Amino acid sequence: MPAWLRGLVPVLIAIAVLAVLQLLLGHLPFFVYLASIVGVNVILAVSLNIVNGMTGQFSIGHAGFMAVGAYTAGKLSFLLKDVAIAGLPAVVSDQVQFLGTLLAGGAAAAICGFIVGLPSLRLRGDYLAIVTLGFGEIIRVIVQNMEVFGRALGLSGIPQTSSLFAVWFCVFLVVLVARRIVGSTHGRSLWAIREDEVAAEAMGVNTTGYKVRAFVISSFFAGVAGGLFAHFVPIINPGSFTFVKSIEVVVMVVLGGLGSTTGAIVAAVILTLLPEALRTLFLQLGGLGAGVSLAQKVDQIRMPVYGILLVVLMLVRPQGLFGTREVWDLLPRWIPRARKGLT
Amino acid sequence: MRSALAAVLTSCALALVGCEKKASAPPPPSAPSGGTAAAPSGGTPGVTGDTILLGEVGSLTGSEATFGISTRNAIELAIREVNAAGGVKGKKIEIRVYDNQSKPEEAAQAANRLINQDNVLLILGEVASSNSMAMAEKAQPAKVPMISNASTNPKVTEIGDYIFRVCFIDPFQGYVMAKFAHDNLKLTKVAVLRDLGSAYSQGLADVFERKFTEMGGKIVARETYTKGSTDFRSQLTAIKRASPDAIYIPGYNDIGLIARQARELGVTAKLMGGDGWDSEKLFELGGSAIEGSYFSNHYSPDDPNPRIQKFIADYKAAFGSVPDSLAALGYDAAMVAVDAIKRAPSFDRAAIRDAIAQTKNFPGVTGTITLDDKRNATKPAVVLEVGKGKTKYVATIAP
Repeated sequence: MPAWLRGLVPVLIAIAVLAVLQLLLGHLPFFVYLASIVGVNVILAVSLNIVNGMTGQFSIGHAGFMAVGAYTAGKLSFLLKDVAIAGLPAVVSDQVQFLGTLLAGGAAAAICGFIVGLPSLRLRGDYLAIVTLGFGEIIRVIVQNMEVFGRALGLSGIPQTSSLFAVWFCVFLVVLVARRIVGSTHGRSLWAIREDEVAAEAMGVNTTGYKVRAFVISSFFAGVAGGLFAHFVPIINPGSFTFVKSIEVVVMVVLGGLGSTTGAIVAAVILTLLPEALRTLFLQLGGLGAGVSLAQKVDQIRMPVYGILLVVLMLVRPQGLFGTREVWDLLPRWIPRARKGLT
Repeated sequence: MRSALAAVLTSCALALVGCEKKASAPPPPSAPSGGTAAAPSGGTPGVTGDTILLGEVGSLTGSEATFGISTRNAIELAIREVNAAGGVKGKKIEIRVYDNQSKPEEAAQAANRLINQDNVLLILGEVASSNSMAMAEKAQPAKVPMISNASTNPKVTEIGDYIFRVCFIDPFQGYVMAKFAHDNLKLTKVAVLRDLGSAYSQGLADVFERKFTEMGGKIVARETYTKGSTDFRSQLTAIKRASPDAIYIPGYNDIGLIARQARELGVTAKLMGGDGWDSEKLFELGGSAIEGSYFSNHYSPDDPNPRIQKFIADYKAAFGSVPDSLAALGYDAAMVAVDAIKRAPSFDRAAIRDAIAQTKNFPGVTGTITLDDKRNATKPAVVLEVGKGKTKYVATIAP
């Protein structure tokens, strides 16, 4: 098998598997919605892990990049709502536009990532945290004050062209990229920076360059996640991209294990589904009897319960669920796999 | 690499050139995910042997929790009363409430769950307009009737013919206060302090400024703040310099703090606001600083009308506090829904929708409710004056 083809095999397999899933499950609205939210959070967590986990920097403004992507892609789609590409059926044309707006959202976020990252990543220490925190808030305030973005009410009427396939294909792409980075020279340099920046620099690693590149890639995917989000959530509102959202993503990365893509995925899935699972659990406990069910009473204590579970998990496993291990480290030897610079 | 880039750019350019206007009939929303409006097999949605299941989405946690909880309480009260009186058409009503953490994506998720998993007959909620819009975008394509209890933004019911509300809309409230300030208080110079982070505040402030100017008044200062700030001194100092007769502050809980700081700075102008002021917290946070202020509201707890007094007594007995206007609206939303279910010839969602649309002169706690052809309630608003620990009815302003 030629090398370029071998690289494409996982993509082809993913497309086939996702297409089948789309056909089987695409008609269940609640499932699709939940799966899409999970998917978006996985993309956010895996992309943030490239910066916070692999490179050892501390970014807490991921929601800001997500907002840039969401509003760019959302607004573009909104403007292109009544336009179709000539010679294509409506559905295909919608999907092409959707893809285009996703890329635009990702690119806008990547540019913001470059602007924010370049000055702050030249320095060592916590500057990135402060700058990204500020960036996230600035974006939110800008959006809140601009009539074109619907101000505080939010942007509604974005064509809902997202699908299970689209979201999870992006998930697949970000995981693939994260994995390939780890296995590459680039990844080894990132790991070196994470372990000891001074030593890495002494060994000839262009620390600023590598950090900025990692940050831009991470921002790009956050933008894509935002773009997807805008195409299945009926209204996007500055309230969805607050500091709390950024922290949620950081929690996913830390909980999964800083540096582990698998961990980021698992933590994102668990943390997103947990509140919904608690809802189901409480409904079961409450039964369906007449009058006031327990479910009603308890629905509002879901979030505290979620918090407690988080505290327990961190006490039991302070290094995160997976540490720095990956699930593909367990694959049999004959399957080619990526190696980390360090272990 | 370079040729690939060139190819991408060329195709983009071609795509742009090849754009055309879409056919006028809008295509059904996204082919793969759409087309599932029909309920899962097995009878009428939401109606089983002896119960009718309704859904509610509310902000039980998060920044708007006080409203969500009083709404939930009042809806529960309404349902209990209906069931105690024998239910509807021989069936008991049950309500399933989901929290949305005051976030639109959670509201959409909760509405989605109510529609597709729990299969409810209709949906009640929300207070915040962006949350209601997120829910409405899910309810409309699934053809599930939805009654918003307190979302006053005009855009909410524009989403489709299955979306209703039992409250008046923002422009009306802005107009009410402008008229009251001009006609009743005879004011000429008013400053406006609005919350940039809230569509509600923006809506009211915009209309107030326009109407008040049209009536011949003058807006002497325009200042802004953002939900969650705790220091308003710079804005208030700027307002003080313009020496207005009154300050219009359509906000929520921030008003307590704003009032205190205004009085500390020696601003003596009267404060005016909208229904967002109406909360138990107003007196707790505002103290004496807020006394003598006016705000427009959906109902007045002092109204001697026996219907209102009975609601207040029942609510107090059940939950131990005086119901705010959002509770009153929640109660009305539930009662309008029950009334429509009673009048509808069947439990079919389309029939229920038609019945809700025909609601006329319904005797609600917040006034006589008639739904117009835009599915909004037309009814008068009241203006209340804030006193020591309670509010006093001042005027009723009709549309």
